[in-house]
Amino acid sequence: MYLGAWMQTVTLIPGDGIGPEISVAVMKIFEAAKAPIQWEERNVTAIKGPGGKWMIPPDAKESMDKNKIGLKGPLKTPIAAGHPSMNLLLRKTFDLYANVRPCVSIEGYKTPYTDVNLVTIRENTEGEYSGIEHVIVDGVVQSIKLITEQASQRIAEYAFEYARNNQRASVTAVHKANIMRMSDGLFLRKCREAAEKHRDVKFTEMYLDTVCLNMVQDPTQFDVLVMPNLYGDILSDLCAGLIGGLGVTPSGNIGANGVAIFESVHGTAPDIAGKDMANPTALLLSAVMMLRHMGLHGHAKKIEAACFDTIRDEKVRTQDLGGNSKCSEFTDAICQRVRDMD
Amino acid sequence: FALYFFLPPPAKYGGRHTVTLIPGDGIGPELLNHVREVFRFSCVPVDFEVVHVNSALETEEDINNAITAIRRNGVALKGNIETKHTMPPSVKSRNNLLRTSLDLYANVMHCQSLPGVQTRHQNIDIMIIRENTEGEYSSLEHENVPGVVESLKIITRNNSLRIAEYAFRLAREKGRRRVTAVHKANIMKLGDGLFLQCCREVASGYPDITFDSMIVDNTTMQLVSKPQQFDVMVMPNLYGNVVSNVCAGLVGGPGLVPGANYGRDYAVFETATRNTGKSIADKNIANPTAMLLAGCMMLDHLKLHDHASSIRNAIFTTMNENRLHTADIGGQGTTSEVVQSVMRIIQSKGQLTAEF
Repeated sequence: MYLGAWMQTVTLIPGDGIGPEISVAVMKIFEAAKAPIQWEERNVTAIKGPGGKWMIPPDAKESMDKNKIGLKGPLKTPIAAGHPSMNLLLRKTFDLYANVRPCVSIEGYKTPYTDVNLVTIRENTEGEYSGIEHVIVDGVVQSIKLITEQASQRIAEYAFEYARNNQRASVTAVHKANIMRMSDGLFLRKCREAAEKHRDVKFTEMYLDTVCLNMVQDPTQFDVLVMPNLYGDILSDLCAGLIGGLGVTPSGNIGANGVAIFESVHGTAPDIAGKDMANPTALLLSAVMMLRHMGLHGHAKKIEAACFDTIRDEKVRTQDLGGNSKCSEFTDAICQRVRDMD
Repeated sequence: FALYFFLPPPAKYGGRHTVTLIPGDGIGPELLNHVREVFRFSCVPVDFEVVHVNSALETEEDINNAITAIRRNGVALKGNIETKHTMPPSVKSRNNLLRTSLDLYANVMHCQSLPGVQTRHQNIDIMIIRENTEGEYSSLEHENVPGVVESLKIITRNNSLRIAEYAFRLAREKGRRRVTAVHKANIMKLGDGLFLQCCREVASGYPDITFDSMIVDNTTMQLVSKPQQFDVMVMPNLYGNVVSNVCAGLVGGPGLVPGANYGRDYAVFETATRNTGKSIADKNIANPTAMLLAGCMMLDHLKLHDHASSIRNAIFTTMNENRLHTADIGGQGTTSEVVQSVMRIIQSKGQLTAEF
C-alpha cells in the first residue's frame, strides 16, 4: 500500500537560517524512505493585510487550510520589525492550542539522564502568555494570567485522547493550585472531569515544584504531563534538556479544525547557516511525529530507527552531537540506512 | 534603606533566645522535635515557643497568632503548613500569608553538592535568591465572567530593587563573582522587563560583580546539563519556585537543603523546598538534614556561631564520612539513627552536652 499513488500533500515552511538546509535533508530522507508525502513549500513572512492587521501571506494560509498538516523550520523573530513574532501569528491564525513534545532519550547521545520517555502537553493559547499587561501606577506592573474553562477543557480532553491513541498509561496534571486557587483550580477541575470520561487512563495531579524536584532526580516516573502555558514552557524545555537539548527534540502543535503543524524548536543558528554544519535531527523527528499523526506508522518507524541507528553508530555525526561530519554526510548516512531496510 | 541589611539580633533575656516554632503538617512536627532534641542535647541557649496552625480551619485566627508570636520573637523555625485545595479559594495558603504579612521578601537557598551523596552532577554551588512576596503569588484572582478566571501577577519597582540589592550585597559578602537574573521578559515585557531593569540598575553599583541574565526556560535546560556554570541567581517568585526545586533535586533532593526567609525585621527558617511530606510522615524515614541545617542557619542568625558550626559539622560527618543515609538519598538509615549519630559526634568533640 505504501507504494500506492495516494500521496498526501503537506505544507512545508523551511524557515530562516539553517531552516532551508535541514528541510532539504528531511525531504531527501523521506524520498529515500518512499514516504507518500508531497511537499508544498510556502513562506510565512508577515505582511500587513487590509485594515492594517498583521497576518501571514494568504497563499500560506490557503495551503495550510487545504492540507491541514504542516512541517516548519525555525523562524527568526525580528526585533522592532513592528509585527509580533511569526510563531505567535501562526498560533493565532490556526488556533494552535496544544503544544506536544515527546521527550525520549536518544541511545547513543549520552546525557546524565537515561530512559527518559515522557510527553509534555502544554496549553498554548492563554495562561500567563495572554500578553495583557498594564502599568497601574509608575513602578507597579500587573500581568494578567487568563485561564478559561473552554481552553482548559480542550487541552485536558486532548491530553487524554493523546494518551489513549499513543498507548500511554497515565496523565499527570501539573499545577500550582495551592497558591493560584481559582485559576489553576479551574484548570485542575477540567482535568479531573476529562479524567472521568477516560477511565482507562490513570490520572494524577502534582504541584509544579514537586514535578521539577522529581524530574531531575528520576524522570522515569513521568508519562504524559498536561499543564497551562507558562509551566508548559518551562517544563518542556527542562525535559528537552534532559535528552540533549533543542537540537534533538521534536515538537508538534495541534490546532482547531484538524490543523497540525510540526516544527523544530531550536533557533535559526545564523552563525552556521549555509555551511552544511546543521543537525537536521530535531526537524526529522518532528517529521516522524507528523507521520505518526497521519497514521503512517510504518514509515515513521523506519525513518526514526535509521536516524537513531546513525547517531548510535557514532561514525557520522554533526558537530553539535560531538562528531565532525557535515549535514549532508549525516543525511546521506540516514538515507542509506533507510534504503537498506527495504 | 542602608541599614536594612543589618538585622538587629533579636531579644535575649538571661542569655537565652526565644524562637517561635510552628510544627506544620506532615513531617514537620517530627523533624522539628528532632531539632529540639539536638539543641537540648547541645545545650543551645534557645527556648522554643510552639504555635500550632490548624490547616483544616477556615478562619485565620491560628496563622495570625503565629504571626504575632514571630513579631514578638523576631525569629521562627517552621514546618510546612498544608494548603487543602478542597477548601474555597478564599482560604489562602497559610505559608504565603505568613511570608507576606511579615514582609519576608528574600528567600535564600544555598545548593551545594555534598561529597557523600551520589548525584548525576558534581561540583554544584549555587545561591538562589528569590523574591518572596509578590509576583505570581499575589493571590489576587477574580472571575469576571463565568468560566474566565484572571490571576494577577504584580511586579513593583520597589520590591524588585530591594531583592536585587539583597542579592548583590549577599554576593559581595560571600565573595561570589557572578549574579544571573532569571526572567521571561521576551514575553512578559512590562512585568519581567521591569524586574530586569531594576537588576541592571543595582548591578551598575557593583562593578566588581558580573551581571548577566537568562530566560527561564533556557535556565532550566542549562541547569540539567551544566549546572556548574551558575553562581548566584536572582529571580521573581514563580521562577524561583521552579529553579530552587530543580537545584534541590540536582544536589540530592528535598531532604538536604535548608532555606531561609529574610525580611527587614524578621527571619523565618525552614526546609528549602517546603514539602509537607505527608506520605512519609511518622514513619521515621524522613531525612532530618534539611531541617537540622535550617536550625543551624537560625543559630548563625542569632550569632550563636559555635553551636551552629558544631551541629553542622556533626551533620556533615554523619553524611559524608560515616555515610549514614536515609532512604531518599539511597541509604537505609532511619531518621532517629541519623539524629543519634549527630548527637554522638557532638558529644565526642568534648563540648558541654546534656544527658543522652
